[in-house]
Amino acid sequence: METRSENVLEVRDLRTHFRTDDGLIKAVDGVSFSVKRGETLGIVGESGSGKSVTCLSAMQLVPKPAAFHPTGSIHFGDTNLLSLTEAEIQKLRGERLAMIFQDPLTSLNPYLTVARQLTEVLEVHQGVRPAAARRTSIEMLERVGIPDAASRIDQHPHQFSGGMRQRVMIAMALLCGPEVLFADEPTTALDVTIQAQILELMKNLQKVIGTAVVLVTHDLGVVAGITDRVAVMYAGRIVEEGTTAEVFANPQHPYTRGLLESMPRIDTPIQKTLYAIPGLPPDLGNLPAGCPFHPRCASATNQCQNIYPETRVISSTHQATCWEVEGSK
Amino acid sequence: MTTMGKEKAEIKFLDVSDLEVQFRVPRRGGFFYQKSAALKAVDGVSFSMTRGETLGLVGESGCGKSTTGRAVLQLLRPSRGRVIFDEEPIHEFWRRKGQKWVWDQRLRDLRRRMQMIFQDPFASLNPRMTVESILAEPLQNFDVIQGVERREKIQHLLMTVGMDPRCMRRYPHEFSGGQRQRIGIARALALGPEFIVADEPISALDVSIQAQIMNLLSELRENLGLTLLFIAHDLAAIRHVSDRIAVMYLGRIVELASAQTIVNRPQHPYTQALLSAVPVPDPKQEQLRQRTILSGEMPSPINPPTGCPFHTRCPLREDRCRSEIPVMRTIETGHQVACHLVS
Repeated sequence: METRSENVLEVRDLRTHFRTDDGLIKAVDGVSFSVKRGETLGIVGESGSGKSVTCLSAMQLVPKPAAFHPTGSIHFGDTNLLSLTEAEIQKLRGERLAMIFQDPLTSLNPYLTVARQLTEVLEVHQGVRPAAARRTSIEMLERVGIPDAASRIDQHPHQFSGGMRQRVMIAMALLCGPEVLFADEPTTALDVTIQAQILELMKNLQKVIGTAVVLVTHDLGVVAGITDRVAVMYAGRIVEEGTTAEVFANPQHPYTRGLLESMPRIDTPIQKTLYAIPGLPPDLGNLPAGCPFHPRCASATNQCQNIYPETRVISSTHQATCWEVEGSK
Repeated sequence: MTTMGKEKAEIKFLDVSDLEVQFRVPRRGGFFYQKSAALKAVDGVSFSMTRGETLGLVGESGCGKSTTGRAVLQLLRPSRGRVIFDEEPIHEFWRRKGQKWVWDQRLRDLRRRMQMIFQDPFASLNPRMTVESILAEPLQNFDVIQGVERREKIQHLLMTVGMDPRCMRRYPHEFSGGQRQRIGIARALALGPEFIVADEPISALDVSIQAQIMNLLSELRENLGLTLLFIAHDLAAIRHVSDRIAVMYLGRIVELASAQTIVNRPQHPYTQALLSAVPVPDPKQEQLRQRTILSGEMPSPINPPTGCPFHTRCPLREDRCRSEIPVMRTIETGHQVACHLVS
């Protein structure tokens, strides 16, 4: 067992449920994982799998009271983030925990210049004087590759292109050198050539700053390129987890295998028919009994239809939650 | 006889030449008068398609691929160039009505034969119409069939796209993204078209559903003998469904070849960079790959660079790339490239 000191973030049995007109939506339903210092964990899943809500829960950004207060625990060092008051989490957010979002245009304030938005972080969290904060902000913008940063810092977000806005977001998130960075589909809205730039940038900055990154994405290609470990989510739970090398070389859960096979690839011979996972994504308001993946699973048995599967251990770093996987309990 | 047969086979079903689409965009010029500037979204695009072929049009956002698709279908009036659809010069099928250009009757009649599938299955279906009325609309407009026959046709259409015909009383919001895209495809098929422009039909969908929709399109194309112009930004996806691929950059086609050639032997530096930017779901390969990471971004089409549109980001640029626009040249059978450095 790893000790808590190695793990900068440790999530245990996290549950975030939403009360809606369609009933109780269990967006995250018993998720556990941990992230070591300086490590990159990929959380993969399709829309509605709960990957974003997991991050939002850790950052305490889930709207209340629409959601039940998340239960379980999220330990950041010795602090359980879920037990903090709003004022306490506010202190951590932006300084020791940071988040970047898919769409930088909606997450930057359109009324304020980039300078205002960046210097504020330093002034509020670290009490840096305005002139020094501006200097540090310009340096950060240069580090994330914004040309002519000293003059562009006084522009508004709409004057930046999508890729440049994402760079501004990254600069803002890294200003205080956070210990954990949550990146929620940071490159999904970008073109592939810009995505390659941003991923390269994130990789390099992470090496220098030593931030642990939780990267949420639907793109297994991005995961393969940048993460150390990966967790695959389906219907609010993690169904497979392991080092990136293990999960890609030896995927165990039928859903992981299906996802990998159905990705159109650039490096394989042309296939006339692509493998497709049959059926529809799960309806969270109306999940089937047993394993939520069983209606789409080719190897589903009677047991799968009735009882939620156990987690099977394949190696000390690799586990999958499926009745059909061979491994120790 | 044999020569005649051969000529017949080579007849172009769709022939687009020197297509240009301009938009007027406001330019800031003081408060009281707004100057307008011309933006060439598509700038001299030429390609042709044979019957039953799938041509993939790839490029990044803003490269003009969707505008090209719309201009080919005459949903936008091209400002220059020709579009010959099955021997008919459809770019001429417009007439003036006051200040505006509208379709003339010939173009309206041709609509039955050319259709479009849209990117966003949430925005392209009217939320207040049932699936039945969505699919009945094209049939009504062209007064094809009525009553029981029409209902049967709609049921048949739904089955063709892999949906339960009983769902026709339901509304779009009751379906998932993939199912809505199937409804959009059924609508495009309603009039039995020969040519379909599919504008990013899978990019709004989840990974596990993308493969389903791509397979459906391939299957329909095979069974119905469709000619398909498939527009996408995802080179990995498009290569599996296309016979040939055209790569666009800043309003122009920079390389055109078979899907195999584009992926295995790309010649244009932009195609090469685009390919190397596509992530591969294999950590070992990702570590070994030599990436060409392009610097900068695509310039604005309002203010395009002189010479080769790609020279601002090209790792191989030479002096003449800054001044001379490269023309499309055939470097081997079926492989065209617009680059000064490719011989």
